[in-house]
Amino acid sequence: MLEVTGLRSGYGRIPILMGIDLTVRQGELIGVFGHNGMGKTTLMRTLAGHIRPTAGSIRLAGQDVTHAPPHLRARAGLGFVPQGREIFGGLTVRDNLRMGAIHSREPDRIIAAVLEEFPRLKPIIDRAGGVLSGGEQQILAMARCLCAEPKIVLLDEPTEGIQPSIVEEIGDTLLELRKTRGLTVVLVEQSLEFIRKLSDRVLVIQKGTFIREVAADGIAALADEFVGMEEAAH
Amino acid sequence: MDLAVVVLLQVLAAVASLALISVGLAVIFGMMRVINLAHGEFIMLGGYAVIYATRWGINLWVAMLIVAPLFVGLVGVIVERSVIRFLYGRMIDTMLATWGLSLLLIGAATMIFGNTTTGVSAPLGGVSIGQYQTSIYELVLIVIVAVILIGMMAILRLTKLGLIARATMQNPAMAASLGISTSKVYSVTFGAGAALSGMAGALIAPLSGVLPTMGVAYVAKAFITVISGGAAIITGTLSASGLLGTLNTLATFVATPVIGEVALLFAAIVLLRVLPQGITGKFFRRAL
Repeated sequence: MLEVTGLRSGYGRIPILMGIDLTVRQGELIGVFGHNGMGKTTLMRTLAGHIRPTAGSIRLAGQDVTHAPPHLRARAGLGFVPQGREIFGGLTVRDNLRMGAIHSREPDRIIAAVLEEFPRLKPIIDRAGGVLSGGEQQILAMARCLCAEPKIVLLDEPTEGIQPSIVEEIGDTLLELRKTRGLTVVLVEQSLEFIRKLSDRVLVIQKGTFIREVAADGIAALADEFVGMEEAAH
Repeated sequence: MDLAVVVLLQVLAAVASLALISVGLAVIFGMMRVINLAHGEFIMLGGYAVIYATRWGINLWVAMLIVAPLFVGLVGVIVERSVIRFLYGRMIDTMLATWGLSLLLIGAATMIFGNTTTGVSAPLGGVSIGQYQTSIYELVLIVIVAVILIGMMAILRLTKLGLIARATMQNPAMAASLGISTSKVYSVTFGAGAALSGMAGALIAPLSGVLPTMGVAYVAKAFITVISGGAAIITGTLSASGLLGTLNTLATFVATPVIGEVALLFAAIVLLRVLPQGITGKFFRRAL
């Protein structure tokens, strides 16, 4: 589904990613774990096309998108739920979803289906995106992304700054969506607990490169090892 | 009584004319944060488009409402594709480039059309209100401006194109990640803004005549209106031109036209001191 080889990028002349190799199979949920400043968000933004890679290649569903601009990657099936959620604050929840389904032939059907998966959005459908709580915005950002019916979703720190009850709800919804839609996801997180609950494999990123890969059953061990780091990060 | 009606109509005409000359600039500035210093020359091109179209036998209304906006809109798209798109996010560079374009257009127009005022006579004649006389065309102009603003509001609120425009205006990067080609949106927006400016030039041509340097007279007022209005394109243009146009006319009425201009500029300065983000930076914040 997604094949990344030797990917390098950065801001201006400051290199951040130092050669990332990543293969995501259909239906897989890959967790990327790392601390602040290790290149998680840079990786997501490079995959989404907002930062130009300086080396390496990105293939999406067999198509080379290394140098494609963001909107062509989106049309090729890449969904992006960015850090900070990036809701259109002046648009209503419904219009945010309509933006997600903007290239669809039957936007109404898709929005109705997505609302069934995210029932929390139903009572606030006509409210402006900017007045929603952080958790509601996060849910809206995920719902908006799914309205585009993406083949793969990049999910950047969905739990950041969100109250625990909603973090749990987001986790449950993601698990449910994997079952019903067979969703393919790359999830970037600082919360080991969240990443452990959802991921098939976890890649640990440090200084712009993956230093380790851990399978689902090894994540618990990773937790013990990184627990000190996680506390240090807070 | 008659006097009150006449003054009211003059206020409305002043507000409409301010809104008309500003709305094209408001679209380009509000949507793209591009300061288009060639705005006045887009108005001038609209004026010449109407003069030449009518000389070739095209009906005046068709020339004003269709030919001029199409022609200037096309010029706008060409300018955006060949110059502006390389300068997004570089405000000073865009100002310099559009200033250069403004000088180039004035020079070219002077060379081609000569440095004289060309006119086209105002249609529809006059009407008397009691002992006063006013031109029907000015009244029709008020209606046309209202229709333009309502039409823009409808497009932004009700159409898919409007949704894309609003979303791109708020967050271009996220719009791109949802599959929107922001460069296409900008190109269309710039063209639409230019077309509106062209229509403005065409509609004021019968009142003021057309001259290669006429843009200079309008660009300052248009900027003052747009900056005073703030971020919301339509509400901002309407509220700022409402306030400034009313003050201008009333001051002109009690004193002289010069005092009227001074009142307008003074009001704009006070307004920006009190509301640095413009009227819609403080009020009607969710409006368009």
